Amino acid sequence: MAETVETRGRIYGVSGPAVVVKGLKGARMHTICYVGSSGLLGEIIRIEDEFATVQVYEDTTGLTLGEEVVSYSEPLMVTLGPGLLSGVFDGIQRPLKRVREISGTFITKGLKLDALDKERVWEFTPLKKKGAAVRAGDVLGTVQEGHITHRIMVPPYIEGGVIKEIVSGEVSAESPVCILEDGRTIGLYQRWPARKRRPFGEALPPSEPFITGQRIFDTLFPVAEGGVAILPGGFGTGKTITEHTIARFSVSDIVIYIGCGERGNEITEVLRDFPQLKDPVTGYPLSERTVIVVNTSNMPVAAREASVFTGVTIAEYFRDMGYRVSLMADSISRWAEALREISSRLEEMPGEEGYPPYLATRLGTFFERAGKVRCLGDGDRQGSVTIIGAVSPPGGDFSEPVTQAAMRFTGALWALDTELAYKRHFPAVNWHKSYSLYYYQLRKWLEENVAPDMPDLREELMAVLQKEAELAEVVQIVGTEGLHDEDRLTLEIADIIKEAFLRQNVFNPKDAFATYTKQYWMLRAIFAYKNTATEALKRGVYLEKILSHPVRTSIMDVRNADNQQIEKEARKLIEEIEGAFTE
Amino acid sequence: MIDPITRYYRTVKDVTGPLIYVTGIKKASFGEMCAIRLTEGEERLGQILKLEGELAVIEVLEGTSGIDSETTTVIPTGDIAKIGVSLEMLGRVFDGVGKPRDGLPPVIPDKYIDINGLPMNPASREKPDYFIQTGISAIDGLNTLVRGQKLPIFSCAGLPANELALQIVRQAKISEEEERFCVILGAMGITSREAFFFMESLAESVAQERTIAFINLAGEPTTERLFTPRIALTVAEYLAFEHDYQVMVILTDMTAYCEALREIAGARDEIPGRRSYPGYMYTDLATLYERAGRIRDRRGSVTIMPILTMPEDDITHPVPDLTGYITEGQIVLSRTLHNKGIYPPIDVLPSLSRLMNLGIGRGKTREDHRKIADQLYASYARGCEIRRIVSIVGMEGLTELDRKYLFFADEFERRFIGQGEKERTIAETLELGLTLLKILPETELVRLR
Repeated sequence: MAETVETRGRIYGVSGPAVVVKGLKGARMHTICYVGSSGLLGEIIRIEDEFATVQVYEDTTGLTLGEEVVSYSEPLMVTLGPGLLSGVFDGIQRPLKRVREISGTFITKGLKLDALDKERVWEFTPLKKKGAAVRAGDVLGTVQEGHITHRIMVPPYIEGGVIKEIVSGEVSAESPVCILEDGRTIGLYQRWPARKRRPFGEALPPSEPFITGQRIFDTLFPVAEGGVAILPGGFGTGKTITEHTIARFSVSDIVIYIGCGERGNEITEVLRDFPQLKDPVTGYPLSERTVIVVNTSNMPVAAREASVFTGVTIAEYFRDMGYRVSLMADSISRWAEALREISSRLEEMPGEEGYPPYLATRLGTFFERAGKVRCLGDGDRQGSVTIIGAVSPPGGDFSEPVTQAAMRFTGALWALDTELAYKRHFPAVNWHKSYSLYYYQLRKWLEENVAPDMPDLREELMAVLQKEAELAEVVQIVGTEGLHDEDRLTLEIADIIKEAFLRQNVFNPKDAFATYTKQYWMLRAIFAYKNTATEALKRGVYLEKILSHPVRTSIMDVRNADNQQIEKEARKLIEEIEGAFTE
Repeated sequence: MIDPITRYYRTVKDVTGPLIYVTGIKKASFGEMCAIRLTEGEERLGQILKLEGELAVIEVLEGTSGIDSETTTVIPTGDIAKIGVSLEMLGRVFDGVGKPRDGLPPVIPDKYIDINGLPMNPASREKPDYFIQTGISAIDGLNTLVRGQKLPIFSCAGLPANELALQIVRQAKISEEEERFCVILGAMGITSREAFFFMESLAESVAQERTIAFINLAGEPTTERLFTPRIALTVAEYLAFEHDYQVMVILTDMTAYCEALREIAGARDEIPGRRSYPGYMYTDLATLYERAGRIRDRRGSVTIMPILTMPEDDITHPVPDLTGYITEGQIVLSRTLHNKGIYPPIDVLPSLSRLMNLGIGRGKTREDHRKIADQLYASYARGCEIRRIVSIVGMEGLTELDRKYLFFADEFERRFIGQGEKERTIAETLELGLTLLKILPETELVRLR
C-alpha cells in the first residue's frame, strides 16, 4: 500500500455533514481526514480547485471557521481479524461496547478507538512451516474464536513470498505471526478499504438455496446461496422482524447484521437476545457467529452511508475464509436517504425524488459484493455472501426510486403487504407480488435433496393461490353462498395453505424453523386433504360435512410437529385424511 | 465558552422569510447561537444554519419582522443552543424556547445541556420490557405500551387525540405511583383553546408538580417550533437519567412541527422531497423520537407519545409515513368509528406496537396474551372483510359462518374498543376478548391453540 501523505487545510464552510476545506493541496478523492480541533473523521467527496468537500462522520455542530483539517492519503479502512465476532460497531467501525466504557451512555464526538482490541492475546495455531512459499489468500494458521475457527490468511495485498519465521501459541494483535524472507510481516489483523471489493479466486453460479427455515421463502421464493433478496414493505409489515428471524434461524456460518438508520431499541433486542439464543444447527450461542454494525437513525448520516460498506467488507473477509456468510441490511432506504442528504448539501443536480442520479450505480457497488466464490489461496475453499436487504418505500409504494433501483440487483423479491400485516398474518409476504429468479436454478437441487416431487407441489400450491385470487373477485360480487361447492372447497384449501403453511410464528419455538423436509411433508399432508376432499365432494358428500371434519384441525397442528419426527407424523395424518370422508 | 473578543457584525445582506444572510463573518461555528439586535434595541435569538466562507445563514427564532440591512447587529454568542435545566422546572409552564410563560421568574439552572443531545449508544440501551397499563383495551390488549417506547397517535382533524393522550397519562400514572413519575408536554403550533384544554386537564389528572409544559402557540413564530420538542426532550432526559424519573413526553402536533421544517427548507431554497418536505425529514424526526428509551443501570425512562394529524386522513402522507418508520408502532384513530360514537375511536387493524412482545406474557400480563390478541386481530379483520362484501351482495349472499363473523366485528367494536371513559385492567381486557371470541365456533379459533 502507498505511503500516507499528510496535508493540512482550514475549514471554509459548514452545511450539515458537508464541510468545505480550503487549502488541502494534493488531497485525494475518497481519502479520510480529521476535521477541526476535536478531530472528527471525514472523507473527501469532492475537490474543486483549492477547495475540498468532506463528508463528516460525526455531528458537525460547533465546528468553527478556520479550524484545522488534516488529510491522510488513505481511504476509509476496515480492520479485519480476530475479535470481530460478537462485536458491535458503528458505521465507521468504532467498537460500541468500548465506546460505552469510555464515554458512557451517549456517544461523544471525536472518539478515536481501534476497531479491535490490540491488547488482546490470541492462541495462534500455525498450519504453515518455515520455508514454505505462500500466496495471497493462503491460510497461515488459525485462531479459535468461540466455536468459529478464524483462519489467518495472507492478505490480498501481499501477492506472495517465502516464510522466514512463523510463530506458534500466544500472540498479541500488535506483533507479527509471520515474517517473510523479504522482511514483510503479516499479523493477525489486516486492513482493507471499505468501498473496494475483496478479490477472490473464481465466481461460482448459484446452485444451492440459502436456507432460511421460513416456509414462504424456502418453498415459494427461495434465494440462492450467494444471492440477493430484498424485502420492501410499508411500516409495520415486519421487515425488521423478518431480518431478525433470518439472522436467527438461517443456515449460515456467519451473520453480519447491519442496522442502517433504524431504531436503537431493535438493536438492543439483538444485543440482549442473541447471546442467549442458540444456533439451530450447531447449538452454540447465536452471538458467537454474529457481527453487528449499527448506525441508528439518530446517529450521523454520513456514517450511516458508510455502514453498509463496512458491513459487507467484514462479510467478504469471512467469505474468504471459506464460510457461508449472510448479511442483513436494514434498511437500504435509510442508506439511500443518507446519500440523498449528502448529495443535496453538495447542491448536486437531483434525479428522481431528489435522489442523486448515481443512486443505482452506488447501490450496485454494494449488492454486487454478494456472491458465491472459490476463495483466493490454497485448499479448495468455497465461501459465499448472501444479502437480505430491507427496503422501506414511502407510503408502501414500490414504484419509488430506491425499491426500483434495488430490484435491478436482486434475484428474489419478497414483497411485504400491509393488508396481511393488519390481519396479523406473518410473515406478511404477498405471494402474488413476490418472485424468485433463482427458483429455476434451484429446482434440480430441490429434486435431488428434498424430494423429486417438491417442485410439483410448489407449483400446485401456487395454482391454488392463484385460483383463490380469481374466486375472491367473484365472491365480491355474488357472496360466498353464491359459489359452487368445489369453488368453496378451493377457498377452504387456500385458507388452510395460508393458515397452516404460509403463516409462521417465529415466537413459537416448534414453528419458528422448518427444515425443507418438514416443509415438504406439510405440503404432502395439505394436498392429501385437497385430493381426498375433492373426491369426496364428487362422490356426493356434503361440503358442510367435509369442512366440519376434525382432520382439518389436525392439519393446522402439523406446524408444531418436530423437524425430526415430521415424516412419521405426516404419514400418520395422511392415512387419517385418506380414511376421513368415507362415512 | 465565551469568546474573549466579542464579535459584532453589522453586515446583514439579505433577509428572506425566517432567514438572514450575514457577510464578512470572520469566526463563527456551525449551529452557534447569535443575538440579533434590532434598531430599537430589541434582541432576538438566531442560529447559524450554514457557513460558506464569510457568509453565514442565520435562522431567526422570533421572526425577521423589523430586521434591516443597515443597523441590525448580529453578535455570535460563542455557544450552541443549550437549555438550563433544573428540578425546579417541575410544575412550570414555558414558551417554545424555554422562557417562563406562567409569570414566574426564570428557574435557576442546575446545568446547561445541548438541546440536540447526543445519540444514545445502542450498546447502552436497556431492553424496554416494562408493561405500562393504560387501562384502554385496544392498547393494553392489542398494542401494548412499554416504558421507553415511542408510540405516536395518528389522528385526523376533529378526532379526540388529545383526550386520549390525557386519558393514557391519567391512567398510566397509577401503576407508576411508587416511582417518580412526570409528564412533559411539548406543544408546537397549537391553538390557545387546545393549550387551555391541555393545561386544565393535566392539572386535573396529574399533580401539578409532576408536569412541565413547553408551549408554542399557533400564532407564535414557526422557527421556535423546531426548538420546542428538543428542549422538552432534553429536560426529559435530564429528569429520567439523572434523577430517576419515569417521564412521559407528549409532543403535539408533529404535523405543525414538520410544516415548520418545510418552511425553513423552502426559505433556504433546498431541493424539496415528497410534498415539498425536505429530504432529511426522516433523520430530523429520528433525532427526536430516538431519544426515547431506557438505559442500563439507570432507573428512569423516557417514553414518547407524539400526536400528529394526518392531512386528509391519509396515512401515506409524509408526516405519518416517516413517523411510522421511526416509531415503535402507532395508534391510529378512525373517523368511521368516531362517527359511530365509539370512544376511544382506535382503528386496531393499522395500529401496532412493535415492542408489545417484550411487555407481555407470563409474569407480565398473561401467558396467552399473544394468542388472544392474534385471534382477535384475525377474526376482526375477517369480519371487516365480510362487511365490505355485504355492501355489495347483501346479507343473503352470506353463509352462517360469515354472519357470525359480522356479528363478532360489531360486538368487538362496540364492547372491546368502545369502552368509553371507563378504565379496564389487563385481566378484564383479556377476559372480555375471550368472551367475545365465544361468538365464533371453536374450529375457527386456530390462533388460540
